[in-house]
Amino acid sequence: MSSPVIRVTNLKREYQMGSETVRALQGVDISIQRNEYVAIMGPSGSGKSTLMNLIGCLDTPSAGEYWLNGLEVSTMGDDELARVRNREIGFVFQTFNLLPRASALHNVELPLIYAGVKARTRRERAAAALTRVGLGDRMDHRPSELSGGQRQRVAIARALVNEPSILLADEPTGNLDSTTSEEIMAVFEELHGQGQTVIMVTHERDIAAHAHRIVTLRDGLIHSDTSTRKAA
Amino acid sequence: MPFREAVRLALQVIWAQKMKSGFSAIGVFIGVMFLIAVVSVLEGVDKYMTENVVEAFMGLNTFQLRQRPDFVADDVPREQWLAWRRREPITYDDADAVIAAITSVPVQWAWESTTGMDVEVDGRRIQSVRIVAATDGYFDIKGYDMASGRPFTAQEVRAGQPVAVIGFDLAEQLFAGGNPIGQEIPLRGIPYRVIGVVETQGNVFGASLDKFIVTPALSAIKRSVNRPRVIDQMLVKAGSPEELEIAIMEAEAVMRSRRQLRPGEENTFELETSEGVLEFWGNINRVLMTALPMLVGIALVVGGIVIMNIMLMAVAERTREIGIRKALGARRTDILRQFLVESAALAGLGAIAGIVCGFGAAALVSAVTFLPASVAPWSIPTAVGLGAGVGIMAGLYPASRAARLDPVDAMRHE
Repeated sequence: MSSPVIRVTNLKREYQMGSETVRALQGVDISIQRNEYVAIMGPSGSGKSTLMNLIGCLDTPSAGEYWLNGLEVSTMGDDELARVRNREIGFVFQTFNLLPRASALHNVELPLIYAGVKARTRRERAAAALTRVGLGDRMDHRPSELSGGQRQRVAIARALVNEPSILLADEPTGNLDSTTSEEIMAVFEELHGQGQTVIMVTHERDIAAHAHRIVTLRDGLIHSDTSTRKAA
Repeated sequence: MPFREAVRLALQVIWAQKMKSGFSAIGVFIGVMFLIAVVSVLEGVDKYMTENVVEAFMGLNTFQLRQRPDFVADDVPREQWLAWRRREPITYDDADAVIAAITSVPVQWAWESTTGMDVEVDGRRIQSVRIVAATDGYFDIKGYDMASGRPFTAQEVRAGQPVAVIGFDLAEQLFAGGNPIGQEIPLRGIPYRVIGVVETQGNVFGASLDKFIVTPALSAIKRSVNRPRVIDQMLVKAGSPEELEIAIMEAEAVMRSRRQLRPGEENTFELETSEGVLEFWGNINRVLMTALPMLVGIALVVGGIVIMNIMLMAVAERTREIGIRKALGARRTDILRQFLVESAALAGLGAIAGIVCGFGAAALVSAVTFLPASVAPWSIPTAVGLGAGVGIMAGLYPASRAARLDPVDAMRHE
């Protein structure tokens, strides 16, 4: 395959907690190819949230290199990181993280606003993204008027609207019942089928089982990295 | 985020929390309302002073020759008053000499002596009526048009005829709506026959300008106003400000020579123009205009502090929103702009409401009292600028705090 969409080498992240130094990541190496479907697992404290924040460009590493889609992210400043988050990454969060006062449509428009897309194009693309996740008839609803599954679909539409290199999901089913969880997983499966690179952080084994590759972290290091399908 | 988007968002937020927004903008609102209302009233009074009052008291392009000043701006020390009173009074001869001396420009002239007394006709008593003993030129200089009858003539002045031209309101009140022409008014026991009524002159600061009686300068009443051959003042009216200046120079020259003043010695008489009256008003106006910014400033500072607190609260309340926006690609400047625009819009709306209500208050003041109001064009952009400026100043700290938030921490915030 061509160059990987994500290449991480010897990534380290340390926090200062009072007088103590917490080594959340102690040297992680990982490569993810285009159109892979990867689950990152691990018990709490294993460093998976830290890795997720670093991959999502929400945080910067203490040491090591991180290349995303040919960009060296590890040395970037705040504004450049914001730009990368906007163009290259689509986030799906456990708690949806929608703006409560805004309509579904406006929530999906947000990344496009920061990308500087014109109002009209913005609306069209947001509407298309909502239609793609099956919410074409719920565009004017506020998050509080939607079910949990629908909210997460809005979040997925928002994540996709800028056509990012990676879809980064953090416990995407953590707040959903099992039926709805399966629906969301089906959406992920479909997106992956359309060529989307999906990275999902979870601690649920059966959710992780939907992925085609499972990376397990333990104590800030990669514990295992296994492919669950014959063809990755 | 483009500026337009930030404005739209800000207005949405402000509209969604109408009550809170209203209360937070109230300081700016009051400051601006006060500014607009006071400036409008002052501007109105200023216009009124230059257009109506000066006209009413002095007339355009007119100077007065007097023993001592008529309009005095500040407290005058007692010695000054005494010095003024020791001056020689203005006499008939002075007036004649001045008229003879003004040769370069055409002028109208009159002299007058004024007193006040109560007037009674058929048991109807009017208090403190202005009694003017004047020459026939007086009516032209004052711009008095006749509502009925005629002014008195030069012959009647010379002969000291007991005739009177009276003000409009006074005619109404004394003769209870009847025709005043040919009626008689007793002044100091001598009956004066009314020959003319002057068109109404309106009022200044609520006082009627129509309560006067003008009699020929040499008629009997003059004796109870001044000593023989002495007058209160001489009025000279020129055709333009330039001609007025020349007339004043010639009048001053002849008066100085009559008083035998050496070069460098001060005048022992007074030459007053309408500029003197305006100067008097200008002093008052200046004091008010100095005090005003301080009062408005205090209101705006308080308003700014309120808005800053509200914005700090807003940033705290919307920490999670800020985190989400940052995760989705908002840069620091985007967040900074969002909150700055919001706080400027808040203050700006307060300012606009203040402008509207300020004009309303000014209009109310002019409707209820005799004080006029007039919109000063500069006060509108000033008010809007001040409002938005206060908003931006007050928003800077909260907005920069919002912009510096870490997205991960912010999204974790409940």
